[in-house]
Amino acid sequence: MLAADNLVLARGARAVVSGLSAVLQPGTITAIVGPNGAGKSSLLLGLAGLLAPASGNVSLDGDSLARLHPRVRAQGIGYLPQAPDIAWDVAVEALVALGRLPWRDRGTAAIAAALSALDLEPLRHRPVSQLSGGERARVLLARVLAGEPRWILADEPLAALDLAHQLSLTAHLKACAQAGQGVVVVLHDLGLAMNHADRVLVMKDGRLIADGLPHIALAPQVIAQGWGVRARWLGEPESQALIAAEEPEQAERNRG
Amino acid sequence: MNRASLIFAALLAVLVPLSLLAGRVWIAPADFGPGNTLLILAELRLPRAVLAITIGAGLGAAGAAMQGYLRNPLADPGLFGIAPMAALGAVASFWLGTAIPPAWAAWSLPLMALAGAGLGMTLLALIAGRTSSDAAGGAGGGIALFTLAGLMLASLAGALTALAITLAPNPFALSEIVMWLNGALTDRSWREVWIAAPLTAAGVAVLALAARSLDALTLGEEAARSMGVEPRRLLALLVMGIGLTVGAGVAVAGIIGFVGLVVPHLVRPFTDRLPSSLILPSALAGACLVLAADSVLRVLPLVTELRLGIALSLIGAPFFGWLLLRMRQGRL
Repeated sequence: MLAADNLVLARGARAVVSGLSAVLQPGTITAIVGPNGAGKSSLLLGLAGLLAPASGNVSLDGDSLARLHPRVRAQGIGYLPQAPDIAWDVAVEALVALGRLPWRDRGTAAIAAALSALDLEPLRHRPVSQLSGGERARVLLARVLAGEPRWILADEPLAALDLAHQLSLTAHLKACAQAGQGVVVVLHDLGLAMNHADRVLVMKDGRLIADGLPHIALAPQVIAQGWGVRARWLGEPESQALIAAEEPEQAERNRG
Repeated sequence: MNRASLIFAALLAVLVPLSLLAGRVWIAPADFGPGNTLLILAELRLPRAVLAITIGAGLGAAGAAMQGYLRNPLADPGLFGIAPMAALGAVASFWLGTAIPPAWAAWSLPLMALAGAGLGMTLLALIAGRTSSDAAGGAGGGIALFTLAGLMLASLAGALTALAITLAPNPFALSEIVMWLNGALTDRSWREVWIAAPLTAAGVAVLALAARSLDALTLGEEAARSMGVEPRRLLALLVMGIGLTVGAGVAVAGIIGFVGLVVPHLVRPFTDRLPSSLILPSALAGACLVLAADSVLRVLPLVTELRLGIALSLIGAPFFGWLLLRMRQGRL
């Protein structure tokens, strides 16, 4: 269980998450959504133990992250930053092997399993500079999987991907959740959150404005409150699409 | 030991005997015997070769670690204040000149250079340690501020060195300072070896401790922290390792630039390109480069021997330009 308790996070003097509580369950996909600047990425960093709380607490199975040794924390929580640039042109396998750093072992079996889970075996010797965007996203996720964390926290893992690759990476994340890992993703695309998450946290100005099953947390009135747009969902469950238009008064203000 | 280490260890094994034979006086292997030959070998060429290996190894390893830490293949350990601070310490010892008791005179230059390097390390760790991002703040400037702190320190030390030169107590001190600033290995003895070798070995060992943390930085600071890397510990190891290797080198040989920049590039193609795979082979390759360069300078038919620091900069600057061009083409 990964739990935030009255969590306050600050960047410099500015509070970016103000008093947020949520208990996240393993074996599910939790999506964090919200308008730009809502504090989504900061919350994810806080949950990963990479941004120390100004007050409040984040705990992993009852242990406060602040008190865990960084390596023990890293063994439990894998963090996938948003589209990191890769400093050295290493081969896929060497990059994935970095995921074993928290364990300080070779972890041959875990690396092989991560490569196989993301269909990367044919690419294992390829330099990362020669990968397509979709392959690269899979390699970066495989690096996290190689560490066999109980939690996978990913910041916009689907943002730079085309439709087919979004679906394939989503399927991989679902497989992780089915295997019992906790998956927490920051998403921009509300459709992806609606169709694939088990639970959605909606943030605005550092606070939760909705938390629950996707069709409840992403109901049109929440979207109106969070983004200031009039929206409705169309289509079948698991393949719904959002149709949105500016609220008349919001449109007025935007042009104002 | 990886493939690159074996390659450069083998190259070094070839270079060492060659370098012992090369010089103003060529020694043919058949000439080994009592008298001058043995004296030249044992008291002149062997310490000089060991010193070249020591300094090259320190600079090579420091360069590999520095490029890994800054995630930048154009980084050079000389840029980050420690070498200029060590040089400033050495210049101060020239300046003091006769004020130093005669019993200490022989040791004052290397010791003051080491003191300068130590001061540089401390300042760098204090400034960069305060600003490095960690779990407590997360909003620090991290590596960028480390670079700027180093550059600040380098320019301050450079300015003070220039001041010392312009205010030199006498022309003799002036020419000695200027000569010394362009590093060289001429007329060195076992004494310098005993100063530099243990410190350099300790420095390389410290850098090796930081190696896997440097690998984690491949994916950026946040990813590295998420894998359990502690930024302050890494910074401390890095500053200590660079300080020991570069400081020891400057203390006994003056400023020798570009080795730390060039060597990792020679090594990278033979490795998986992760910083941890580069440190040991870069030490060996740095040893090869400095030993080879110093030996070639000894046999060049010039009126006076070309200073090693100048010669390596003459090779290194165009190499840097070539790296820039390659980087522009996205091939680095």
